[in-house]
Amino acid sequence: MGDILSKYDVLGAFGMTVYLAFFSAIGSLLLGTVVGIMRLSPVRVLRLLGTGYVNIFRNTPLTLLVVLSVLGLTYILGLNLDPSSITGNASRWAIVMLSIYHASFVCEALRSGVNTIPAGQAEAARAIGLTFGQSMREVLLPQAFRGAIAPLGSTLIALIKNTTVAAVVGVAEAANLMAVIIENETGGLVVFLVFAIGFVILTLPLGLAFTSLSRRLAVKR
Amino acid sequence: MKVRQIGAVAAASVLALSLTACSDSASDGGAGGGGGGKAFKVGIKFDQPGLGLKEGTKYTGFDVDVATYVAKELGHDAADIQWVQAPSAQRETLISTGQVDMVVATYSITDARKEKISFAGPYFVAGQDLLVRADDSSITGPDSLTGKKLCSVTGSTSAQKVKDKYPGVQLQEFGTYSECVTALASKGVDALTTDNTILAGYAAQAQYKGKLKVVGQTFSEERYGIGLKKGDTATCEKVNTAIAKMISSGEWQKAVDANLGPAGFKVDSATNPPKQDACS
Repeated sequence: MGDILSKYDVLGAFGMTVYLAFFSAIGSLLLGTVVGIMRLSPVRVLRLLGTGYVNIFRNTPLTLLVVLSVLGLTYILGLNLDPSSITGNASRWAIVMLSIYHASFVCEALRSGVNTIPAGQAEAARAIGLTFGQSMREVLLPQAFRGAIAPLGSTLIALIKNTTVAAVVGVAEAANLMAVIIENETGGLVVFLVFAIGFVILTLPLGLAFTSLSRRLAVKR
Repeated sequence: MKVRQIGAVAAASVLALSLTACSDSASDGGAGGGGGGKAFKVGIKFDQPGLGLKEGTKYTGFDVDVATYVAKELGHDAADIQWVQAPSAQRETLISTGQVDMVVATYSITDARKEKISFAGPYFVAGQDLLVRADDSSITGPDSLTGKKLCSVTGSTSAQKVKDKYPGVQLQEFGTYSECVTALASKGVDALTTDNTILAGYAAQAQYKGKLKVVGQTFSEERYGIGLKKGDTATCEKVNTAIAKMISSGEWQKAVDANLGPAGFKVDSATNPPKQDACS
């Protein structure tokens, strides 16, 4: 195990994994919130759009989305996110696709959070004259986020592990380095163990933190 | 309480049964190499045109022909061969756990791999080369690549070599060569690099015929061996004899011409046909 750690830049590869996960998490949280609001809005067209988004991206394999982004969008349609570097383009597209894909899960987590709020609160908010935007911002979303902490945590953990899919377009993250090591050293159990432990180190504390947060921040009713 | 105890006993016995079942099948798989009539499992690539390709229930390619010939010399009928998919990352595991009797899958002989398994052969010497669009004359070899976009498979030896030796080249990695070929044909990348045998297979595919060409300037040596269980020198000797016989009888040349010839691929006659290594 020490052999692999000294010969290959395992930390650097996990650094790339964290980089992908960090920006995708922000992207998917923003996009997912927007889609979530669309699904809750009183406008029928927006609701349909939101539902369509969730159903399309939640039911499309992530690998397909990522390969499509680089092979289809960059090389066939010419949409290049970083013309100066192939790897830059690949990692940016990976972040975009990870964000788009996980936004559908974030949206559903938020919707479940909104559903924990008694219907009377939304009605009361509108009754005292708040607009839809105001009632969302001041009453519903703050409570929804606090109620949705646990499912949001699960989505984040899934996102961290799903960054490995970026290896199929050549982003130099953990799964990519694993392919390199298996090619050079042959695939022993040790190689898998190193990367499994790496991911556990990344995700286990997050899981614990989200569980305790969800308990501390839960809205007492 | 009684019910729970009975349940635990039942669960334990089922577990014990399944364990014995496991060890039985493992010892069966390990017995490979001798005896006719029983299925002879050969690991090949399923997705490499010209080398090992599965089309419906038919298997074609140079690796398939070599494997069939060697199996026949070992006393296994062509009908007894059971083809197993052997993706690059799983080849050592398939051999060492006895899930296949041998692997013939563009398997380069390397020292790291020799620590896990034994190699017979080589039966072919390939080299890293470039595949470009047929109308592209600007790429003549690895030294004319600076500033060009190159494509290869994530983590492959070819990809690593390009990164180490030609840092001025931009490298796009994909999960499979097919994706690289698509990107090459749509002008997203300028060249695809890996073993010339694999490239020749793609250049010969019906949909790319005449559109792609192999440059023909190899810059590495990949010696394809047949992977066998570690330390099985008896089988290794037999396989080597079979390969030597295939070469001397002219069957080897026939298989090369039939599988790699259509793309206009020239076999490097300085290194081919190769002499087999001593078994160890």
